[in-house]
Order: sequence, then structure tokens, then C-alpha cells
Amino acid sequence: MKRIRICEEHCIGCGLCEVHCVVQHSRSRNIIRAFREERDGIVPGVKVERDGHLSFALQCRHCEDAPCIEACMTGAMHRDPETGAVLCDTERCVGCWMCIMACPAGAVQRGASGKVASKCDLCIGEDVPVCVANCPNEALVLEDDGDD
Amino acid sequence: MATRRLLPFKDMGGCSITGIMDESGRRFAGDTIIRSIRNMHERSNGLGGGFAAYGIYPERDEQYAMHLMFDTHQAKRDTEALLDQRATVHLAEPIPTRAHPAISGEPILHRYFVNIEADRGRPHLGEDDLVVELHMQINAEVEDAFVFSAGKNMGCFKGVGYPEDIGEFFRLEEYDAYIWIAHGRFPTNTTGWWGGAHPFSLLDWAIVHNGEISSYGINKRYLRNFGYECTLQTDTEVIAYMFDLLMRKHGLPLELACSAMAPPFWNEIERMDEVEQAQARAIRAVYGGALLNGPFAVVVGSTGRMIGFSDRTKLRPQVCARSGDRLYISSEEAAIRTVCPDPDVVWHPEAGEPVLGELQAGVKVN
Amino acid sequence: MPEWLTQAEFVIERDPERCIQCKVCVRQCANEVHRFDAELGEVFSDSDKCVGCHRCVSLCPTNALSVRQVELDFRSNANWTPQAIRNIYKQAEQGGVLLTGMGNPEPLPVYWDRMLLNASQVTNPSIDPLREPMELLTYLGAKPTRLKYEGGDEPRLETELGPQLELQVPVMFSTMSYGSISYNASLALARAASEVGTYANTGEGGLHAGIRPFAKNMIVQVASGRFGVDADYLNAAAAVEIKIGQGAKPGIGGHLPGEKVTAEISATRMIPLGTDAISPAPHHDIYSIEDLRQLIYAIKETTRYRKPVGVKIAAVHHIAAIASGAVRAGADFVAIDGYRGGTGAAPTMIRNNVGIPIEFALAAVDARLREEGIRQDASLVVAGSFRCAADVVKAIALGADACYIGTGALVAMGCHLCQKCYTGRCNWGIATQDPYLTRRLNPNIAVRRLVNLLESWRHEIKEIMGGMGINAVESLRGNRDHLRGIGLTDRELNALGIQMAGE
Repeated sequence: MKRIRICEEHCIGCGLCEVHCVVQHSRSRNIIRAFREERDGIVPGVKVERDGHLSFALQCRHCEDAPCIEACMTGAMHRDPETGAVLCDTERCVGCWMCIMACPAGAVQRGASGKVASKCDLCIGEDVPVCVANCPNEALVLEDDGDD
Repeated sequence: MATRRLLPFKDMGGCSITGIMDESGRRFAGDTIIRSIRNMHERSNGLGGGFAAYGIYPERDEQYAMHLMFDTHQAKRDTEALLDQRATVHLAEPIPTRAHPAISGEPILHRYFVNIEADRGRPHLGEDDLVVELHMQINAEVEDAFVFSAGKNMGCFKGVGYPEDIGEFFRLEEYDAYIWIAHGRFPTNTTGWWGGAHPFSLLDWAIVHNGEISSYGINKRYLRNFGYECTLQTDTEVIAYMFDLLMRKHGLPLELACSAMAPPFWNEIERMDEVEQAQARAIRAVYGGALLNGPFAVVVGSTGRMIGFSDRTKLRPQVCARSGDRLYISSEEAAIRTVCPDPDVVWHPEAGEPVLGELQAGVKVN
Repeated sequence: MPEWLTQAEFVIERDPERCIQCKVCVRQCANEVHRFDAELGEVFSDSDKCVGCHRCVSLCPTNALSVRQVELDFRSNANWTPQAIRNIYKQAEQGGVLLTGMGNPEPLPVYWDRMLLNASQVTNPSIDPLREPMELLTYLGAKPTRLKYEGGDEPRLETELGPQLELQVPVMFSTMSYGSISYNASLALARAASEVGTYANTGEGGLHAGIRPFAKNMIVQVASGRFGVDADYLNAAAAVEIKIGQGAKPGIGGHLPGEKVTAEISATRMIPLGTDAISPAPHHDIYSIEDLRQLIYAIKETTRYRKPVGVKIAAVHHIAAIASGAVRAGADFVAIDGYRGGTGAAPTMIRNNVGIPIEFALAAVDARLREEGIRQDASLVVAGSFRCAADVVKAIALGADACYIGTGALVAMGCHLCQKCYTGRCNWGIATQDPYLTRRLNPNIAVRRLVNLLESWRHEIKEIMGGMGINAVESLRGNRDHLRGIGLTDRELNALGIQMAGE
């Protein structure tokens, strides 16, 4: 499956990945409207962690053996059979936060509503996730590990 | 008049060239070459034609035959004063011509048979070097005088007109030579000037040329390093000097001299064996200034030798034929067949590949 | 006295309609121009500190920012330009030498722009480089006047050629030291040179261990500070260049302040950590031409005559005589840096007023070496602002064997010519050692961009040559017949050795 590799040494901490993630997951998909009208309603699936000059963009690893799926009691957290991405079905999520507890990377968050989990979905429908496409320093790289 | 000598442009345009050599050294009259070049009348425009002939002065073959043109009597007097000062003149006479309805405005045409004694102050210079120096000096310094040729047992005949008319004007049927080369000119940028017609000659080198050398600017600067002054600003002159430099002064064998002037491409060099590759790389690295770029086909004459040669992509035509002892090199096959209807073999040389005619072993012409 | 006389040189305009308060600009400006006010939840900008590098403009996801140069802030005066007035304010406040970076920006004539190239029409067919061979391969190094052959039916080459650099494209990356530029930038130049088949130059920054794998595509420099020089360094590289001068600051040395001498730089330059790296103005063992000869031969001995040894000089008044001296002293190539050449730091007065244009220097040197019959003894490399393929073609036609590009390469990597290299706060991660900034230059991206640049120039050079009906670069080199001048005086045309357009 396709995975995003995080190249910490090239991350410049600009935060453009977060910006574009918000836009991608907005209703309008228009950057200005997304931030004006929907900013509070979207939690980006990628988060830039910073410490001094070091930084990297953290996001779901879409683990092969995903603890969040194991931990989910409703089956909301599941693997997409086609892409292999780990996704959260918000219709079924009850907000028990076991996924957040289970995730070793800290990549699952509470959604803006505070009621369902939110995480990276590898940009459903896009060939290249927007965080990768818009990283100015190629610190996020899409790689295909060959496994289906 | 002197300004005409420094033509501001290169010699651009299309042309006809033809050359015939008898490798047995048997000499034949000039009417043959006239017929051959006449066949390509369409390839020239009446602004220049000329011939070089080898073996025409056997009785004076130890003397340099200087063919000169003068626009004024003063130029002739100045040149003769210089000749008297620097050389021994064995014979001075007008070059025989006949009145020709198609030829007019001819300059004074005179020939001198000379030798130059060694210069005690400069013992390293041989007689050839001194003749070259004199040749350059007349062209550069004597107003309205110009040297057509100054080689042993050879001479150039050229002027403004169609080549066949020029040939008749100079009564070439009265000369016998074992090499004849001829040229018809189609210049696009210069008005006719007798000195500007082909062949161009230095010592016994004579060159007829069809094409334009786009590397001319660097070739002339390269030659200047070795003391050659390109006074005519024509690319043909460059080729003549280049042959003289590479073969006479640097002693390169013909094949290597030609591979300096029309080297193989790098991707061809890469496919050569190691030794050949090192040679080819060295030639290209060292003789970059001698590379002749742009379209050309030339026929070069020198004592006992006729060379046909084209650029490295062969952008101008050249066809060769053999019949018995005779080698033919021409722009068009028809110009060969008109004087040799049934040659033994006809072929088109590869780009950059020299074609060599040489006197058979043991044949002496000088 | 307060610094209130110094005004901002740039105005930052933030379109409130487009700004989404994402703070990318805040994080990207090392000059702290942009600031987020948490109380108001809004980003503000302080134009005073802006250097006009456009990092924020380039990264703003909504194009909300523009940076404008301040115009007409003084009463107009053709003599006392705003720059002249600002310089005086700055000096009156600080009492020091004005410093700057990059090449001479003054509106002095660029002679490349006054030369036009030739093309074939009718009498000579032009060549399509996409379909026919078009050769740019160039050898740098001393060549013999002639080749000698052992006679016989199969002539064998007797002459042995000295060491040569083989260039697939007649453009090399100029001297930029590790120290003046970041490790990532140095690495990218070396990698790109090796990918394209040309050379990068270490400058006087030494050869970092991480760059050594690319040393066969590197020219190492021996400058007056001798930083990083030892026998290994000399033997690792493809060629050695002795730096005498630099176009941006002829007659001036260099100074890398101690705070930039990090552990890595100290190891690479072989100097103690945190000490100032000072390159004296002259080499203190070269006070005359015969001293230069000794250093050239000391290096040749050290490298067993297997490496070409070159000399880099700044284009100054008697350049032809100086270059001729260098060739006679044994240089295998001479690099000449014109007055528009770049620098990481130079006194403004020197950069803007000392030296001569590379065009005249090249024309004079090529002509002089030919007159003296020693042109083949050394190759000529020219530097000092080659902005495009046409500049390169014109330089080669004027007589150069190859060109060095420095600024052009930096621009390819993202440089916006803000001329603040000497501050060490390069927002593009090029002229800085700050780990927060250096990571902004991903060497993989930089290599790709540099290779693209050289590839596109290679294509353009081939196209231009094809138009001229020339299919090998040696027929372009020194071929001034293919150049014509426009808007030049007779004297200028003569100095350049070219004819006027229409002639």
C-alpha cells in the first residue's frame, strides 16, 4: 500500500501540510472559505511537532497491525480493503477514545465536534495526499511498499 | 583597390568542383577538364572560375612558378622590385591568354620563375618558408598585386567569368598536366574579383572548394598562431593553409590531417579500440582550432597527389570514379561521365573520409 | 543617537481578504518580520526588518503577501540616490565598512546584452540538434601545440597529453565554500556536477567528508588561508585551483566569523572551533609571479602531475598581462572572474567599484594569449555573472573554454538575491549555518533543480550552435565572426574584437 514517509531532516516546520489538510477536508475545498467558515470544524490529520530547530509532521502510520482497530469496540475504526488505509467511520464512532489510547504514535485525535475520532485518511480520492503534494521541501514523501 | 583584397565576408555560396588525376603521371591537355567543368555550368554564376594544373613546367621544375595578377602597372613595378630584392628571377613573362568574347576587365597577368637563397640571418627557414613569406608579403603589402600561386611545376589560372570561358581565355588546351582541378563559382556576397576566384594556393597546395566554413572565425585565429595571415577572408584560403600546417609543418599523415579537419563524432570515438580512441581524443583536444565546421567539399592538389574531402556530415556533394590510371573527383557524376563515359568504378565517399590519388610507385614528376 | 534615520527598504502588504492567519510566514522569516499576536489572534508584519528575500511570499498558501521596494522615499535627486543617502545614514550610525553580498547590482553596462549571435541562412544549412550530433564535450587543461607521430604505415601517437578535465557541458559551478554556503548547498552542487558530468569548486572551504565521494567532479581550491589543504585534499579532487582573486572583491581577502565556524566547518577547514577563518588579501608566499610558479609546481609535484592546476584571478586593469604571466608560470587553466561576480560578503565600495567587465577581460586575455602563441598552453574559464545559455555561447565565441556559474546556481536552488548572505540568516537555507535554516534546502530537490538548469542550458547551447551550422563546440570557441555588436563604440568593438551588426 501507499504510505507517507516522514523525512524529519527535511521538515522545515512551516505547517503548510496542516493548512492543506484542513482545506482538503473542508466542504468548500477553497482555502479562504475553509479557514473563514470552517476552521473550527476541522482537525487536520497531520500535526507538525516542533522542538527547537527540529520538527516533523506527524500523522497516522496506517499500521499493518493497527492497535486502534483492535481497540475499537464498534468497528468504526477499520481498514479500507482497497487502499489499505486505516479509516474511521464517523457514523459508527461513539467517541469512547480507545483508539486514541491505543495509538502508539499519538496520531488519532478527537474531532472538532468532540464526539468522534479524527485521523488521516490518506486523502480519499486523491492520487497523492495533499500534505505530500504541498510540502515545499519534500519532507513528506509518498512511497508504495509493494504490499496490497 | 586594396580594399577589395580584404573582402569583409567569407566566401558564401554554391559551386562546382572537379578534379582529374592520372596516377601514372601521364600528362594530358586542359581541354578535358574544361569539358568536365562546363557540364556543371548551372552550378556557377559567371563570377569566378579557375584551374590548377600540376606538371605543366617540367623544364623548370626546380623553380617556384609565381603566377601573379596586378591591377596597375605600378603594382607590377613594386612587386618586381620586391622580387629582385628577395629572390632570383630566372624568367619573367606574361601568362599567355587569348581574347575571349565572354571575358573582359582582365588584370595584368604575369608569371615569374624564382628561387630564394637561404637567409643567413634566419638559417632555420627553408626555401619553402621563405617563399610562403614572400607570398604573404606581396598579398599583404603590395597594393593591387596578388599571387595566384607560387609552387614548383604547377600553376593556378583563374578569373571572373564562367570556368569554361576562363579556361579558354588562358589557353589551357596548350598545357599538359597529370593533375587538373577546376572550380566554378556561385558567390552570393562578393563582387567578382580575379584574385577571389578559386583555386587558392600556397606553395604547391591548390584548393577548390564548395561550401562555407562556419568555423572560419576560429580557424583563421588558430592559423594566425602559426604565422598564417588570412588576407583574403575566404574560407578556402583557410583550408589551403590548414593542409600546409598539418601536413608540411606538423608532419601529420594525410588520414590524421583529415581527421583533425573533419574528426569523427564523439560517439564514434567511443566505439573505437583503446589506442585509436586515445589518438582520436588527442587530435580533437589538440586540434580543435583546425576543425572545419559547416558544409564543404574540396579537392586539393599538391605535387604528386590529389585529395577529395568533405565535411563530417557531408552536406555538400562529392562523387568519385576511377578509370584505368585516372581518378576523378567531382560535384556531379555527370561531370565525370562527360569526359569518361564508362568508368571502372563510381562511388560516393563517406562524410569526412578522404579520397586520395597518388602517383604510382617510382613515378617522378619533379 | 537612535537609528531613526534608517528607514525600511521594503513594504510588506498583507491582503486581509486573503490572509488565513496560518502563521507560515511567521515560522519562515528568520528576520522576525512577521509576528503572531496571540491576544488579537492576528499576524502582524514589521517592514523595517524585511530584506526582500520573498521567502514568506513564496510560501504563503493564499498569496496574501506581497513585498514591495520602497520608492520615492526621498526627494528625487539623480546624484544623491536613495541608496547613497541610506549608506551614509548607516555609516554615520555605525561607523563601519558597508558590507554586502552577491554580485555588483549597479546599472553598469552588461556587454553580453550588446552582442548578438549569428545563424545560417541558405548558404549554409542549420543543424537540428535533436536529430543530428551536436557536440559540447570540452577538455580543460594544457594542450601541446602539435601532436607527434611515430612514422610508418600505422602512425602511432608519440605525444602524451597532460591531465585534462572532461566537461559534458562547458559550464561548471563556481567557487563557493562550505562556510559561505551550507553543507546541503555544497553537497547539492557536488552531486549535480557529478550527475551532469561537469565540476563544482570547493572554494576555500575544504572538502567535507560527506562530499568526498563526489571529489572526482570537484575542483579544490588553494586560497590564501590554505583552509582544509593537505595532500589528501589535493589528490582527492579532479583539479586544483589557486585562488588569487575574486571578481566581487579584487585585492581583498575573506573573513568567516568565528560564530559560523561550527564543529563541521572547523573539521573541514582544519581550524579550531569558533575561531575566525581569515583569508589574507594576498597569499603571503606569493608576492610575485615567480612565487606563483613555485606554488603551482609544488601542487603539481604533490599531485604527481596527474591533476590540472589552475589559477583564478579577478578581472582587473592589466588582466591580459597577468593572465599571460599565470600561463607562463605553468597554469593549466586560468579562471577569470569579472566585476559582476558574486560573493558571500564583500565591502560594498569594493564590490561596486573595483575590477572590469568579464567581457573585456576575456577578449583581451584570449587575444593576448594567441598573440604570444601560448593560448593552447592553458584553458580559459570565465566567471562573473552568466545568467543564461546565450551568455555562455557568447563567452565561448569570444574565446572562453568554459564558464563558471555561481549566482545562477544559487538562484536555481532558490536564492532571491536579497544580498544578505553575510548576515548568516539566509531564509532559503543556502548562505547560512543555522540548523533551523539549513534544513530548508533539501539537497535532493536542489540537485534536481541544478541538473535541470544545466540540462536546459545544454539544450539551448545546442540549439544556438545548430542555428549557426556548427556541430562541435571547438568550432564555436574563439569564433568571434559569429558575434556582432550593437550600440557599441568603435573602441569597444575593437576591444572585443568583433564587428558591428550589419557588417
